[in-house]
Amino acid sequence: MNQPILKVHNLTTKLQIGQHAYSVVDNLSFDLHLGKTMAIVGESGCGKTMTALSLMRILPQPPALPSEGQVIYRDQNLLKLSEREMRSIRGGRIAMIFQDPNSALNPVYTIGDQLVEAAEIHLGLYGDEAVNKVIQALMEVGIPSPEKRIDDYPFQMSGGMKQRAMIAMALMCEPDILIADEPTTALDVTIQAQVLDLIRRLQKKKGMALLLITHDMGVVAEMADDVIVMYASQDVERGKAIDIFDRLAHPYTIGLFNSRAGFTDPGSMLQPIKGAVPSLTHYPEGCRFHPRCPFVMEKCKQGQIPDFLLPQGDDHRAKCLLYDGTRESEERRKK
Amino acid sequence: MTKEIMKVQDLTKFFPVTAGILRHIVGYVQAVNGVGFTIHKKEVLGLVGESGSGKTTVGRAAIRLIEPTKGKISFLGKDLLALNPQELLEMRTKMQMIFQDPYSSLNPRKTIGDTLGEPLRYHGMVKNKVEEVDRVAEILNMIGLSPDIMRRYPHQFSGGQQQRICIGRAIALNPELIVCDEPLSALDVSVQAQILNLLLDLRNRLGLSYLFISHDLSIIRHISDKVIVLYLGKIMESASTKELFRNPKHPYTRALLSAMPKTHPLQKMDRMQLKGEIPSALNPPSGCPFRTRCPFAQPICAETPPVKVIQDPDTGAFDHVYHCILD
Repeated sequence: MNQPILKVHNLTTKLQIGQHAYSVVDNLSFDLHLGKTMAIVGESGCGKTMTALSLMRILPQPPALPSEGQVIYRDQNLLKLSEREMRSIRGGRIAMIFQDPNSALNPVYTIGDQLVEAAEIHLGLYGDEAVNKVIQALMEVGIPSPEKRIDDYPFQMSGGMKQRAMIAMALMCEPDILIADEPTTALDVTIQAQVLDLIRRLQKKKGMALLLITHDMGVVAEMADDVIVMYASQDVERGKAIDIFDRLAHPYTIGLFNSRAGFTDPGSMLQPIKGAVPSLTHYPEGCRFHPRCPFVMEKCKQGQIPDFLLPQGDDHRAKCLLYDGTRESEERRKK
Repeated sequence: MTKEIMKVQDLTKFFPVTAGILRHIVGYVQAVNGVGFTIHKKEVLGLVGESGSGKTTVGRAAIRLIEPTKGKISFLGKDLLALNPQELLEMRTKMQMIFQDPYSSLNPRKTIGDTLGEPLRYHGMVKNKVEEVDRVAEILNMIGLSPDIMRRYPHQFSGGQQQRICIGRAIALNPELIVCDEPLSALDVSVQAQILNLLLDLRNRLGLSYLFISHDLSIIRHISDKVIVLYLGKIMESASTKELFRNPKHPYTRALLSAMPKTHPLQKMDRMQLKGEIPSALNPPSGCPFRTRCPFAQPICAETPPVKVIQDPDTGAFDHVYHCILD
């Protein structure tokens, strides 16, 4: 295996709420490889966006506290860099695209202005050179007649076009890593297919690593090589995308899959996960999923739950005591 | 055949676009153009389309929340457009709506008990406070919430619970038809499943009919009996859900279905990529509105496309209808 381009080790990010600090990202570790896609899946509030923002170091402090752990990019720990050093990496070497292009683009500047600014800061291009670079970048993402569209303000473009412009801005500096936070959630299905296809094509062409954050298992199936399933700030299951789809292990992942419409008989009752996601300030003891888990055992209710390696699959792990190999768990699992 | 709840014919809604200081009309947004459908008792009619296709306008115009420009709506055997305000008010109890964002459709200053009790008081369904509280408790039980929450406020609930409350408000007056406008879009997957189950359960128990608006094909497939595919305010294709997903005829339906994300990483998809985006409804293409993006478009598509009707093996009736020159 080649060296990972980004190594995240025990990343923990806490939010200060009142007198206490609560972990929104709890001891998360993963590697990103050039040309590969890692997807982080989970429901709202599970910490997937917080993970991305922590990597980019763009969480507002306070309420966030500085992240702990290590984020190693080209032999340097991003969490230890000065803000000035981080600036040259952020946007240049590690780029990010957001869910809502409306709030990510500045409404009072033209698309061209915003992209030229990025070219000036990160590529040191000025004047016509910068404009040409921007036109080329917009062309690459499939915006028709880019030399005219650079004078458009964001409100003059459709959602799909804005998302493309944002992708152009992110990719203009040829980053090693692209973090895409729900890049297609705000788009229609036909446009979603276009944008996913575009991201996939550009990733192949430029060989960058993609960290994809999504709640949509369909998008995961489309894009991901590796998957991390997050629940209540922790990674509860991880593995190759194929292993996750074929051999779901963690009861939460199973619940997520069972909740999807379109896989059972139409009109039949789905099997949702009971209850609701716990709030950050009231995570349960033991396994954070245990109050909602249909397989819950007495031992799930306390202590730290370690990762268990699953027998089949390629480094497929689940944070669940059902896989601790004891007889009780084996029997419980069969139920 | 079960009872017909609603029959809509040639429903059309043009929104005027004004300009200048005198607000003179410079054009019309053709939001909905000649849409027709029927909904029977306990039936779920799914309405799919991309943003800007006119789904929401159809839903609102059908229950006269906005006045249609043209068309005929018969609801429970009465001509909805001919009703006077008093009669319409009475009819309102029979048609309700659920919206996309539950939080913004609940009054933040009203308790849950008040929110659910108000329609009962207003329409004279309860005689006194005791009856009202009893009925609200009954509704809360039906939507899977505890009656103890009556004194609480909307912000104290999660998105899923808020949507349950909105559903409770919609069923409070024993309606026949509920227009559900993207009721699941603001919710997480696991909560979506809970709400979907609740809607199906209420339909079975109370004999409700839904006009279910969504852009999510897998949800439409799960809940609907019949589906209408809308594009730029016009019906492209309509059929029973099974037939539509098995045998899509219109190129737009086919593109929409093929744009659905994969269900497994190894699944091979035969994608039909669409060029461009949905044109403006201010100046829609003549003839078939889809022709500007259609890979099979021919010059003849600029004229009104023929209506083709084929037999639907599921219903046995000739109700699989599509508007396209292709066979």
